[in-house]
Amino acid sequence: MSNDWYSDFVNSSIGRTIAGQVGLPPVPRLRRYEPGQPLLSGPALLGTATADGRVAKVVRSLLTDLGIEVHDDPNAPVGGGSSTSKVAAGIIDATGLSGPMDLAEIQAFLTPVMRRIGPSGRVLVVGDVPAEATAPAVRAARRALEGLVRSAAKEARDGATVNLVHVADDAVGADLESTLRFFLSSRSAFVHGQRLDVGTVPGFSGSSQHVDWDKPLAGRTAVVTGAARGIGATVAATLRRDGATVICVDVPASGDALARTANDIGGSALQLDITADHAPATLLEHAQRHGGLDVVVHNAGITRDKLLANQDRDRWNSVIAVNLESQLKINDALLASDVFHRGGRIVTVSSMAGIAGNRGQTAYGASKAGVIGMVDATAPLLVEKDATINAVAPGFIETAMTKAMPVGTREAGRRLSSMTQGGLPVDVAETIAWFAQGASYAVNGQVLRVDGQNYLGA
Amino acid sequence: MAPTPSSAPSSRSLPRRAAVVGANRIPFARSNGAYARASNQDMLTAALDGLVARFGMAGEQVGEVVSGAVLKKSSDFNLTREAVLGSRLAASTPTYDVQQACGTSLQTTLLIANKIALGQIESGIAAGVDTTSDAPIEVNEGLRGVLLAANRATSTAGILKALAGLRPGQIVPEIPANREPRTGMSMGEHAAQTAAAWQISRRAQDEIAAASHQNLAKAYDRGFFDDLMTPYLGLTKDDNLRADSTVEGLAKLKPVFKPAGYPDTEATMTAANSTPLTDGAATVLLASDEWAAERGLPVLAHFVDAETSAVDYVHGDEGLLMAPAYAVPRLLERNGLTLQDFDFYEFHEAFASTILATFAAWEDPIFCKEKLGYDEPLGSFDRSKLNVVGSSLATGHPFAATGARIVPTLAKLLHEKSRRDGSGGRGLISICAAGGQGVVAILEA
Repeated sequence: MSNDWYSDFVNSSIGRTIAGQVGLPPVPRLRRYEPGQPLLSGPALLGTATADGRVAKVVRSLLTDLGIEVHDDPNAPVGGGSSTSKVAAGIIDATGLSGPMDLAEIQAFLTPVMRRIGPSGRVLVVGDVPAEATAPAVRAARRALEGLVRSAAKEARDGATVNLVHVADDAVGADLESTLRFFLSSRSAFVHGQRLDVGTVPGFSGSSQHVDWDKPLAGRTAVVTGAARGIGATVAATLRRDGATVICVDVPASGDALARTANDIGGSALQLDITADHAPATLLEHAQRHGGLDVVVHNAGITRDKLLANQDRDRWNSVIAVNLESQLKINDALLASDVFHRGGRIVTVSSMAGIAGNRGQTAYGASKAGVIGMVDATAPLLVEKDATINAVAPGFIETAMTKAMPVGTREAGRRLSSMTQGGLPVDVAETIAWFAQGASYAVNGQVLRVDGQNYLGA
Repeated sequence: MAPTPSSAPSSRSLPRRAAVVGANRIPFARSNGAYARASNQDMLTAALDGLVARFGMAGEQVGEVVSGAVLKKSSDFNLTREAVLGSRLAASTPTYDVQQACGTSLQTTLLIANKIALGQIESGIAAGVDTTSDAPIEVNEGLRGVLLAANRATSTAGILKALAGLRPGQIVPEIPANREPRTGMSMGEHAAQTAAAWQISRRAQDEIAAASHQNLAKAYDRGFFDDLMTPYLGLTKDDNLRADSTVEGLAKLKPVFKPAGYPDTEATMTAANSTPLTDGAATVLLASDEWAAERGLPVLAHFVDAETSAVDYVHGDEGLLMAPAYAVPRLLERNGLTLQDFDFYEFHEAFASTILATFAAWEDPIFCKEKLGYDEPLGSFDRSKLNVVGSSLATGHPFAATGARIVPTLAKLLHEKSRRDGSGGRGLISICAAGGQGVVAILEA
């Protein structure tokens, strides 16, 4: 039983009947990732918008190699069924658009897809990067995809997601593999109505060959700050599940919960105030026990909510120090040290509040928007180490913190999203774990919302 | 000065020295406070789990875990084993229990260190735990006799006959008391006599107490315990700590323990310059250098040597808590050192007067001549090197856990010093124990 009584109700047999009769919004049960789960639970439809599309063949070979049934015709009968049988995914290669008239091909493909997409299905549009086009008509067409995807996402049902991936001209098929796998799999269960750019920071380098996709973090050492409980503890467990050795960091006062997190996943516990001057050095020294560091997840964060009119300097400073300054200092140390390995990954946690703003959260919102600026500026600096930095921006996630919210605020947070529910800590963790993969080398400088397409700031 | 030590055989003839790798303890809690409902096993398990987490040892087997408690229920006969089975260590980790009153976990450290030095184990955890809140209560000796007689009886009539021996007074249980069985005197009464014998002033005792609290508070402020402690049951610091302690403030407390046999001497001991009853557990991870290196773990310091002594306090020959005054000179002599050859002095503050009496004895030519057989006294040492991050008066003193608190404290101080100065350091540990015993040790980094 979750603590979402409404979801439990409308998913009960009597609740479903009543909800249907009086028009209550349904709350889909989302398919979530489990080790060994196939990438897709059924057949896929794969379309191309233009003859110049450069992504479809990559997708096709990925899917067919995995034994997934793929059809080019969106009206094709699938799985021995009919032309209306459900499909697990609809993917359209929307690269190579020459102008708005090409969008009609996308509509022609996606219209049957939207009718046929099954529960927790995946609709994925892959296009070119608008900023890389100079001709107005081309750029307009590329940019149009975002409006299409965000709108289609609001129409999707039953836990199906609709997302957009932009692929830079520099990026070739292999550069896309970890991203395709993430968006098609149930690791992206709560990522909905979002856009992600691949290969937009020049100079990236890496390989997606020889990856054990069941243990994509095998052999890697990761640090997770704020790991004692909540989302951080789940991130640590998820990185461990994917094969990483995890150093769990939290403030000394949370050391008992931190020890439990670390012992549960065979990691180590480091009690550390990340705002202390010695924190970056202590972190790197501890990591040397494991022969260095591959992944750093800046998850630790605090809120000291006050209306701006009532805010004071100490509260303000403590939020900025923990949520932003500590990350900047640690990143500087990582960049300067060989302990942070070539091919390293920094993943940081922004927030919906940093994008949309939130009443009472000027300090928190400032810090979380600041994190986005940090990601933007740090991404190109990491290229020479073949490293990346990306941010996840959670929306309403079911945690002890949200459990303590007043019921009205909590219900609004849950229902005002296309998924009509809060996400789970593991949804944030899955996105972080994907950013952390070595194979995600072409994904740099990105901020991805994990919010079920929350209406705030969308 | 002490005589030039002879070249007696030293511990350096051992194959290797054990390394102090790290430690974990739970904050110490005043009796019947935060840990009132925690058992010895609960606390020891929590302390072990924190250690396991700090060093990423979940599911691992270490060579041995040796621990003990002073106040122990009979059902806790295998206390350490039970704690290990409930911890995240591999269940295949062997254990045993040791009890040497307040010296317990310095003695367990010595036992682990010796086995490592001999190559019998590569790693081990020395620990100690005590609760004065969840203390064992025994049935009255009279009642016990009746019940055992009834148990021995083979017939109903025999059982009834035995039970007829029950008397109302037998309902009064035996509660453990801080009292020496052979003298009937409390430890405080003993310490008061020693303080009087050595004319230890109230002010000198209060200075030790105030410094202990102030030093501990400063150590917390600089994060000294961040990698030595894990919170437990809501406690993040030793709750006996009074950071604002001053000599002036402590001078206002009412003294207790008027020393018996010293009619002209006033009581000087107070609640502040005596350790309070405390609950807690402490662990320390020791290993060979090779074991630590394989795991990329630090070596804070090495365990050099240790000495245990006992005095005859029963017949009035020596004070109850004066055994370290004898153990230290023997240890110094064996290692070719003088009292002044240390960078840090970690003296368990059972009572402020206890360590002051010990220091006074070492400065006294008569004591050193008559009791130790030295022509010259051991002398004094730089008191600014004493208990620099606080000791038992501030942290509290769960009897069996104190050694495992002090060993890593000193090891970390030495490690910090050697990093700061680039040169090694040496420290002395001294712990007095009930029963007139003492355990002392040397660590080097």
